[in-house]
Amino acid sequence: MENIAPQLYTLLVFMVIGSLVAIETRNLLSAVISVSAVGFALSVAFLFLGAPDIAITQLVVEVLVLIILIRGTILIDNTAIETHRDTLAVIASLIFFGLILGFGAMIFGSTGFPNFGEPLMNVSRVYVMRGLPETHAANIVTSIILDFRAYDTLGEATVLFASILGALAILRKDGKAARREVAPA
Amino acid sequence: MKGLTLIVKTITDFVVAFIVIFGAYIVLYGHLTPGGGFAGGVIVACAFILLMLAHGKDVAFSRLGERTAHVLDSAGAFAFLLIGWVGMTAGFFFINVFGRGEQFKLLSSGMILPANIAIAFKVGSSLFLVFSALAIFRRRSFRSMIEDELS
Repeated sequence: MENIAPQLYTLLVFMVIGSLVAIETRNLLSAVISVSAVGFALSVAFLFLGAPDIAITQLVVEVLVLIILIRGTILIDNTAIETHRDTLAVIASLIFFGLILGFGAMIFGSTGFPNFGEPLMNVSRVYVMRGLPETHAANIVTSIILDFRAYDTLGEATVLFASILGALAILRKDGKAARREVAPA
Repeated sequence: MKGLTLIVKTITDFVVAFIVIFGAYIVLYGHLTPGGGFAGGVIVACAFILLMLAHGKDVAFSRLGERTAHVLDSAGAFAFLLIGWVGMTAGFFFINVFGRGEQFKLLSSGMILPANIAIAFKVGSSLFLVFSALAIFRRRSFRSMIEDELS
């Protein structure tokens, strides 16, 4: 694998800047677009890392979420955020960020980070070796998520089903109540 | 006039079919090329959402009704569960009992292809439903705003 660190670091800096803009901007629409820019950069980063499956999914979901968020945002007349910053929240975030950095330095400070994709675990070695001969699926990601780990995918589908059912139940109740209110008048 | 301008409507009519075909390709070849049921289902849902944005709610619902979307959503989830239960004939949940077929061919890899199709129906119709629920929600908010102003 050729050295892709410069491209990844460029994308990383872009994503950090985008996140900061999304947090700091006073306009809700700008914040939504900044978050989406971060998502698109993440999908390009997945492509550089050699994961086209996740890149496609990330890109498509990002487009959908951007449409839904913009549609939700433009319904609000006043999109400026006027709440002042909570000092306690800032202090707590800084403390937690410092703790994460401190623990990271404790763990990885002496040995350094392991190389990307190493060491190859036993399970993943079995998947890579036996994915094609056992499932006959050329795309190894699909062979893992729908054959070796299909039970996990069933759980994921259940979570999606339940959450969408819940969201629809909440949103539809409003719609039906409005129809009843409007109909006699 | 409902929806967006004539230019957007014409382009949408032209493009929607190709988006659906691309989504179907991503789903059907999910076990051979990058992609799969989730990504392909979202692409197909995006085609219908584009239709809804360009032409308004009624045209999109005439192509894919709200009730049909509900049925497809539940049927996709149930079909995926059923594929898992078929594996019980070989002893365990989600055993790949279908014929493996020839490598690198479309009809291969046993249950992965039907599972991809089931997930695509499930994800696509449920995301379309979420967007249509937002449209219903929007109608209510406009009406309540008007009623608040009149009263």
